[in-house]
Amino acid sequence: MSAVPLLEVQNVRRRFGHVQALDGVNFAVYPGEICALIGDNGAGKSTLIKILSGADRPDEGRILLEGREVSLDSPLSAQELGIATVYQDLALAPDLAASDNLFLGREITQSGVLGRLGFLNRREMRRRAAQQFARLGVNLRSPSVPVSALSGGQRQSVAIARAALWADKVIFMDEPTAALGVMQTGRVLDLIRHVRDQGIAVVLISHNMSQVIEIADRVEVLRLGRRVARIDRASATIEGLVAAMTSESALGESIK
Amino acid sequence: MNWIKSFTGRSHEELREALDSDHARTSQERFNRFIGGGWIFILLLALVAVFWVSRPEQFGSAYNLTMLAVNAAILLVLSVGQTFVIISAGIDLSLGAVLVFSSVVSAQTMLWLSGEPAGTFGTTAGGWGVVAAGLAAGLVSGAAWGMLNGLLIAVARIPALIVTLGSLGMALGMAQILTGGVDVRAVPDRLVTEVGTGTLFGMPILVVIAGSVAIIAAIVLHLTRFGLHVFAVGSNAEAARRSGIRLTLRVISIYALSGMLAGLAATMSIARFSTTTINGHAMDNLSTISAVVLGGTSLFGGVGSIVGTVIGVFIPIVLLNGFVILGIPPFWQTVAMGAVLILAVWVDQLKRRTRQGS
Repeated sequence: MSAVPLLEVQNVRRRFGHVQALDGVNFAVYPGEICALIGDNGAGKSTLIKILSGADRPDEGRILLEGREVSLDSPLSAQELGIATVYQDLALAPDLAASDNLFLGREITQSGVLGRLGFLNRREMRRRAAQQFARLGVNLRSPSVPVSALSGGQRQSVAIARAALWADKVIFMDEPTAALGVMQTGRVLDLIRHVRDQGIAVVLISHNMSQVIEIADRVEVLRLGRRVARIDRASATIEGLVAAMTSESALGESIK
Repeated sequence: MNWIKSFTGRSHEELREALDSDHARTSQERFNRFIGGGWIFILLLALVAVFWVSRPEQFGSAYNLTMLAVNAAILLVLSVGQTFVIISAGIDLSLGAVLVFSSVVSAQTMLWLSGEPAGTFGTTAGGWGVVAAGLAAGLVSGAAWGMLNGLLIAVARIPALIVTLGSLGMALGMAQILTGGVDVRAVPDRLVTEVGTGTLFGMPILVVIAGSVAIIAAIVLHLTRFGLHVFAVGSNAEAARRSGIRLTLRVISIYALSGMLAGLAATMSIARFSTTTINGHAMDNLSTISAVVLGGTSLFGGVGSIVGTVIGVFIPIVLLNGFVILGIPPFWQTVAMGAVLILAVWVDQLKRRTRQGS
């Protein structure tokens, strides 16, 4: 693990009315790791992810990407910096083909005059989509199948493949397996490992502790808007994670 | 993690599962595709066949077939615009009124440029320049109404149903204010004789125009980035927005396109009837919506085609024509159309349900 975090959050505060959602939170992700972000409801996970994906802005604090301070004004500016988010509600267009979804907003056009008129190069889009799916081990019958005809796990895989196509630094995933069965969960977790192996950092929000221990290289624990623990995979146990999420007593022993 | 390894290693079980579901899906998809657009085309063919067989010399005559196409031309141009709007999960009730408004603006522009009526039938002697100016005025005023619709829907976030219902009233009212409620009858003779009743290689010019519009629209819808965005906006607007598509701009341009096509239809209408038709388009919005929906375009957005709309436009026209020829009171056409429309939407629902069940 390199010394400089890929993405680092320093003393970020965010207040909604009289609720202090983030109370000086620190957080760091390193290149090529799967980092689980856990915490009880109201710990500030969603707010933190929103801020880091450009959907919300902090009241105070700094965000550093590869050691340089950045401002994430909009989801688009975050995407341009190589940060993408896979939302819980998927954000795919169900009537469009998987390949069209992969390239939505960044379509490949024909070369020359036709391209300037906006004519799509669907063959190239399908070819590159198939390539991307193959690279990540996503099994689809064909990239031109509409997303609505896919299973829940396949849809989630398309959403993750889309994020991995456009983000080369960090991908946030909010409960990516929440709605999936056992088999499909296995496939999606495998896909997340594939994404990490491409050198992209994955930040995973999950309430499923056994899953966190199974897949995460490192765990960061939030509680009441602050980071209360950073736990390596080697020393992580379900009891330890739960204790860190819920009790004050866990504070002293695991934070450095 | 043994059970995950087994996925990457492609166990026998997994392969069998994949094969089974593939098999199930393709046969289901084939069924979906058939009820998706196929059945309405078969219905049209069946109607034509029945009328043709029972009255070949009347229904099948070159004159009758030409008139069918001419009757469809103006409605087709309007319905093409409506197709874009409905695929984007919107609705445009203002099309007929915008047509009326644009035809008034177009006719008054041509009258103003060409001066007083000179011809025997109250037509004017305006040249092609005057006709072009009239067409431009029609297109611009139609597009302006469409942009207003789009702005109110995308920026003010008022439901499309209400916005276009409001602009229906405003456009119609403005047309009546501009004319005092009296149709503009003095239009260039050239427009009426050469466009309205003229032919190109034996095809009526109006049909050539409508056909070209449909072909260009189909290319734009199915092959370009703009077309893909129309589908994306209708399928999941939030996904489109998060993908970086400028939603506001897209929605405005979709309604502007629909309005501009109404402006084109306005000039075609003047050419055909040699007058504006202020009171003649009250049913246009419903006719276009039913044509689009008959053609397999989903009212929920995200699904649709121009080919389907072409078929959907012809069904009521063929029905009416056939009933007249067979001596069935033409009022039955209205009844039959209502039933076919309900059937079409029911099939759309069934299609969605079978797909969600997969």
